[in-house]
Amino acid sequence: MSRINDLLSKPLEVVNIGIDMFREDLNEQDVKVAQVNFLPPADGDLEVLNALDYLDTPGIREKVEAANKEAVERIVNSHPVLIGYEKAIDVIPGMTPNMIIHAGPPIEWKDMCGAMKGAVTGAIVFEGLAKDIAEAEEVAASGKIVFSPCHEHDTVGSMAGVTSPSMYVHVVKNKTYGNISYTNLSEQLSKILRMGANDQSVIDRLVWMRDVFGPILKEAMEIAGEIDLKLMLSQAIHMGDECHNRNVAGTTLLIQALTPHIVKTSFSEKDKVDVFNFVASSDYFSGPTWMALCKNAMDAAHGIEYSTIVTTMCRNGVEFGVRVSGMEGNTWFTGPAQKVIGPLFAGFKPEDSGLDIGDSAITETYGIGGFAMSAALAIVSLVGGTVSDAISYTKKMGEITTAENPNVTIPILNFRGIPTGIDIRKVLETGMLPVINTAIAHKDAGVGMIGAGITNPPMDCFKKAALDLAARVSVLENQA
Amino acid sequence: MATKTTLKKNTYFDSVSLMALTAKANRIEGIRQVNIAMGTSMNKDVLKNVGLYSPEVEAAKPGDLMIVIESEEGMDMDDLLQKVEEAMVRKTEEGGTQDVRYSSLEAAVKDHKEAGIAVVSVPGAYAARVARKALNQGLNVMIFSDNVPLEEEIALKKEAHEKGLLVMGPDCGTSIINGKGLCFANVVRKGRIGVVAASGTGAQEVSVRVHDFGGGISNLIGTGGRDLSKEVGGIMMLDGIRALQEDPATDVIILVSKPPAKEVANRIYTEVAKSVKPVIICFIGGNQEEIEASGAVYAKTTKQAALKAVVLSGVPEESINKHALNLPLVEEIKAKLSPEQKYIRGLFCGGTICEEVASLIRESFDDVYTNIAKDPTYRLDNGSDSRAHTLIDFGDDGFTQGRPHPMIDPTLRLDRFLKEARDPEVGVIVIDMILGYGSHRDPVEVTLSAIREAKRIAAEEGRHLEILAFVLGTELDPQDLDSQVEKLTNEGVTIASSSENTGLLARGFVTREVLQ
Repeated sequence: MSRINDLLSKPLEVVNIGIDMFREDLNEQDVKVAQVNFLPPADGDLEVLNALDYLDTPGIREKVEAANKEAVERIVNSHPVLIGYEKAIDVIPGMTPNMIIHAGPPIEWKDMCGAMKGAVTGAIVFEGLAKDIAEAEEVAASGKIVFSPCHEHDTVGSMAGVTSPSMYVHVVKNKTYGNISYTNLSEQLSKILRMGANDQSVIDRLVWMRDVFGPILKEAMEIAGEIDLKLMLSQAIHMGDECHNRNVAGTTLLIQALTPHIVKTSFSEKDKVDVFNFVASSDYFSGPTWMALCKNAMDAAHGIEYSTIVTTMCRNGVEFGVRVSGMEGNTWFTGPAQKVIGPLFAGFKPEDSGLDIGDSAITETYGIGGFAMSAALAIVSLVGGTVSDAISYTKKMGEITTAENPNVTIPILNFRGIPTGIDIRKVLETGMLPVINTAIAHKDAGVGMIGAGITNPPMDCFKKAALDLAARVSVLENQA
Repeated sequence: MATKTTLKKNTYFDSVSLMALTAKANRIEGIRQVNIAMGTSMNKDVLKNVGLYSPEVEAAKPGDLMIVIESEEGMDMDDLLQKVEEAMVRKTEEGGTQDVRYSSLEAAVKDHKEAGIAVVSVPGAYAARVARKALNQGLNVMIFSDNVPLEEEIALKKEAHEKGLLVMGPDCGTSIINGKGLCFANVVRKGRIGVVAASGTGAQEVSVRVHDFGGGISNLIGTGGRDLSKEVGGIMMLDGIRALQEDPATDVIILVSKPPAKEVANRIYTEVAKSVKPVIICFIGGNQEEIEASGAVYAKTTKQAALKAVVLSGVPEESINKHALNLPLVEEIKAKLSPEQKYIRGLFCGGTICEEVASLIRESFDDVYTNIAKDPTYRLDNGSDSRAHTLIDFGDDGFTQGRPHPMIDPTLRLDRFLKEARDPEVGVIVIDMILGYGSHRDPVEVTLSAIREAKRIAAEEGRHLEILAFVLGTELDPQDLDSQVEKLTNEGVTIASSSENTGLLARGFVTREVLQ
């Protein structure tokens, strides 16, 4: 009875869930009210609601919480370091001479979007498997090329993410947990393979990257040994990057770390100068590096039974794919890729846009990118929105995540750690989807990047994940 | 005629605000139809059904706001959209902290560790889930939502009882906690009288009468309308009584409800028998013998309960204006009605007011029908025409599905008002105007045109139509009580000073015998 009597005798303070008017009336009586915006959980889907309620059963809920705690620990304690640059065929698990890996969940050639087809055909020409784009299309459709998601090969790829055997990739090792992750190199400009462009200039650049850029970086890293990425990430965030679309600080820090070693390599002065100029031509150079860091940490957190933490968010321009820690291996939860809303370069209209594409959403999965927009207020000039939107995104993402990462902090929010460990339960309960900052590619092959903006995954992915996870937990509970 | 859909990403409005906004926007000239709703699957289906679905609607997320405008011929769509957006501008808050909105209860509680209660007003299908989360966070709960399944109410109240927490509701519209009114509550003096009520407007009326008679309310605990059913067993009524027993601010306790199930009444009597503090029981039409046998004070009506409580709380009886029935007025009105005008028609926003008025009329007449009668012989369906004496509770679940409660939107009963005015057998139409927090800010104003039209119809057909209004409120309420009353008396409306008096006057006006 004392709790009720406490209520009756203490000054009233209320949490109001629902009608706003009640809050207003209480405020008029000088009562403090916390207002909760209510949306039907799981968007009203009863089956999913039942799955959520099942995961909330006493006994099971504690196991889920414990599993999530462990997943978050693995994310936070991961220590990714750059240990080298190598050719894809030499290091990527499962890579074969006739394989092309791509961004997003699994997809067949015939279903690929324009930008990805553009990238694939360009890569086929680059690998010498066809003499021109027209022939490359036939080769792609012939069945001779094996397509597979980057993610299923410990790799991530930005935009189309097309990675072929001869391309150089970052090699990033997790010093805490031992796993290794890979991603290809930035092509730096906007008319590039990863954006679906595939004319001769694109091919020529890829050739230079294979023959000069990659090898110089490889040799530089052999001299350097390793470069710590965890600390560098924190520094970049403090300097105003969100490390997905805004990479100016990260690129500066990374090239600064590489430069003494590049200088010491055996290549000509011209080659070295070309490399420095290439990196300077675009801020994006460190973009893929952070993607590899995030992949490295998230893979370490994947495969923990009972965990509802999202370990992968990725898109192939047609579908959005999610993986959840508690569903080990390559179980994909997919839904339609969404529109990206944001400012476009001059001359382009919203109808020209391709849908959301790329593995770069691994950055948001880790807690940077869109989740760290409050650290990178200047991003609003690229993706649209206002400064106060940018700040509030980080706070809002706090409601669908599990913890803060104490190693990567945001100064303007009193050094609050980035929101870490997206929990599918919270996404479904609140109706709030993770926010993603991303570039927009033209929907047709051959054109390239046309703008940047903000988007979300479809709720379908989280609903499917909840259903499968509840079923899996049910099996585990009955085995116990 | 064109249709345009605009999305406001990540912009949230609650369901009641959206209903009000949509209504406001639909009155903009040049708009044929406008729909403003959150991008949930359910709302998208609604748009599909009215032919307003589009790719933009499909792309909307649950957290986005959809504005779908169908314009008249030759209208400038951008101009219309701008007008709609102007109508949507929120009042700016003074005092910063109110800008924070949470998407989850857990996040809100984390920042507000001193919170003692959660008020839940979400769709009934989800209310129990939200309430359970609140209980798990150690909060007492007030569930304003109705249409919550019975099994869920029982499970919640059992859990709350075990945890030593209150669950007020479901369908609990009124409470007053430590002097502050929650949801629909009148502003009343703080005092020594505690109330446990299984009815919203019954609670409001008791609190207002207590104030009017010079007393004050310490705490008013609502239990929701189903608490005293056999299935729920009065769990919260009993816990409420115990809490008030232990409440140092309470000296006298009033219980208000419609007659409970027999077993539940017995449990209440057992609990009351243990009571050290005086307990006054008003079970609208309850059993006087049983009530007095338990040691409680019997009150036939809410007015009587308030009066007895105020006297027991120490206010000198001689100082109280008891608003005795104005017998000369009754005779005066009777004289104006023709013999054919035999019937009372009551159109109520308040369920318990309706119930109490009906029970008083039943003391004089057999043929009294309501849409909330327990006895099926005398129960009318919500759509049916009136017969003989008919009283309708427009706040009943059947009327409120998908619409705001009539206390928020009193326009629901206006059509019926005119219908009754045209019936030559009607002698008096009774309406309630409920003031206080949560209610419409000027319920009389929105009813005036109907009152005038009704009087005009009757006058044209050569008869007097008596309109009897009961304004439930105090001089402290946000609405201006005096001006509400004045607007009515200016239209020739007779004012009743309490729910009890409303019943006595109404039946008096149509009773053939002379009242003593």
